[in-house]
Amino acid sequence: MDQPLIQFIVIPLVKIVVILAVLLLIVAYLTFAERKILAYMQVRLGPNRVGPKGWLQPIADAFKLLVKEDLVPAKAEKFVFMLAPGLIIIPALLVWSVIPFAPDTTLFGLLKQPIPPYLTDINIGLLFLLGVSGVGVYGVILGGWSSNNKFSLMGGLRSAAQMVSYEVPMGFAVVSVILMAGSLSLVRIVQAQQEAHLWFFVPGILALAIYFCCGVAETNRNPFDLPEAESELVAGFHTEYSGMKFALFFLAEYANMLVIGSVVALLFFGGWLRPFPSWGWLGFLDIIPPFFWFAGKVAVVIFIYMWFRGTFPRYRFDQLMHIGWKWLLPLSLANVVIVALGVLLLKG
Amino acid sequence: MAFLVAHFTQIVFYVLALLAVLGGIGVVTFKNPVHSALSLLGTFLMVAGLFVLRHAEFLAAVQVLVYAGGIMVLFLFVIMLVNVKKLQPEAVFLSAQAPMAVLAGVLVGALVAFGLLAGKLAAAGGVPAALQTVDGKVLGNTEAVGWLLYRQYLVPFEVVSVVLLVAMVGAIVFGLKSASLDRGEGRAER
Repeated sequence: MDQPLIQFIVIPLVKIVVILAVLLLIVAYLTFAERKILAYMQVRLGPNRVGPKGWLQPIADAFKLLVKEDLVPAKAEKFVFMLAPGLIIIPALLVWSVIPFAPDTTLFGLLKQPIPPYLTDINIGLLFLLGVSGVGVYGVILGGWSSNNKFSLMGGLRSAAQMVSYEVPMGFAVVSVILMAGSLSLVRIVQAQQEAHLWFFVPGILALAIYFCCGVAETNRNPFDLPEAESELVAGFHTEYSGMKFALFFLAEYANMLVIGSVVALLFFGGWLRPFPSWGWLGFLDIIPPFFWFAGKVAVVIFIYMWFRGTFPRYRFDQLMHIGWKWLLPLSLANVVIVALGVLLLKG
Repeated sequence: MAFLVAHFTQIVFYVLALLAVLGGIGVVTFKNPVHSALSLLGTFLMVAGLFVLRHAEFLAAVQVLVYAGGIMVLFLFVIMLVNVKKLQPEAVFLSAQAPMAVLAGVLVGALVAFGLLAGKLAAAGGVPAALQTVDGKVLGNTEAVGWLLYRQYLVPFEVVSVVLLVAMVGAIVFGLKSASLDRGEGRAER
């Protein structure tokens, strides 16, 4: 095989397959982790029947969803009904093409020269990430609309309003990190934190709070899970979906949670860097490979997601809009001004 | 295979352009407004692809972020909220707007053709330098757009922001007026 073929087709294909396989496995076990953690928070046992201590539960769930009958409501808009799960899962997986989860590696000496383990690093990485994950909202709206069910429609409309509203402060929170790093490339942002000897959550503590709030709202999670508020909307936009189509909505939700967790880790907590990367006497921490530092940081964020779900009651819809437009948006604007001034004064 | 590699950019360009035009035709021919909106979404995404081909990555990202992720969502929101019924068959092509639309289309087409023939829009080969360079240094599309927007075109940029602000205030005033009319009071509660 000639060199370009390997470089441009074989290696990316291998990376795509590995990333997707690992991602889907992690997502499957996130559902298990969520059920277990919630169960312990509520003094229950959680799933413990399938396999040792319930560890095969996600496999059984996936199998059940695969063989379940795939219902399409008689009065549904067939084409859009089929399209909606695709529209939500494609962006959720596409984002992973730009997330750098570890620096260039030789895979413990297997390769002659180091290659990046992530798929690609583009100069508009962060904008690509925001843009593509913004497209995911179509799956929710169209799924709600095409089901021809008033609960689904209400869920779809709520999510459209919610996701568009919270995208704005989220964008501004990200802007302050871009100002500090001076780049949109996610790899550059991590390197900037290494060069500054400072994780960006210290100067960007407000941006972190805003970003995480908006991230919870964007992924329709507690306490902002109004699009699927079961006490008022049955299950919201995915009421009419069953079998594998429902599984795709579910997968997308967890994949998006992982994306938010990864972005928090990359933008605010130094991505794959160990704590205090400039302190030499902490060098023994390098025994843990960079990928595991990254994964650990993401895991903490995901745990906080689940902690939220176990702790907070759901907001009312007007409260949600109130928080988004009257609190988060002005706060994020003020934060951008403060950070911009700080960058201007410190960097000259 | 060699042909594919040698003409990769052109092939991608024609595929994207064809899909973009098909999406545009879909917008005006679909009977169901939601299908039209989806078709327009497809066109936006294809145009973003065309921007990437011309090394305008920033514009592509903003195209997806603003048009696909923001504006079209609001479109769909309105379509679903007011629940537009399917268009009547005779209302599609035989309205009074049709001749005017054809006229406008021909005029714009003529303008683009004139521009191409006169060489104003040429620069077909290579990367347009203005999209990539800042102060003579190649930095990237984001930096180049920022540099142009906040230095060379600062005044037009600020004028546009003021116009948008005025439009926003206008929309809020209209909204408040209709809200107070609904309640039959002098002014809205909040």
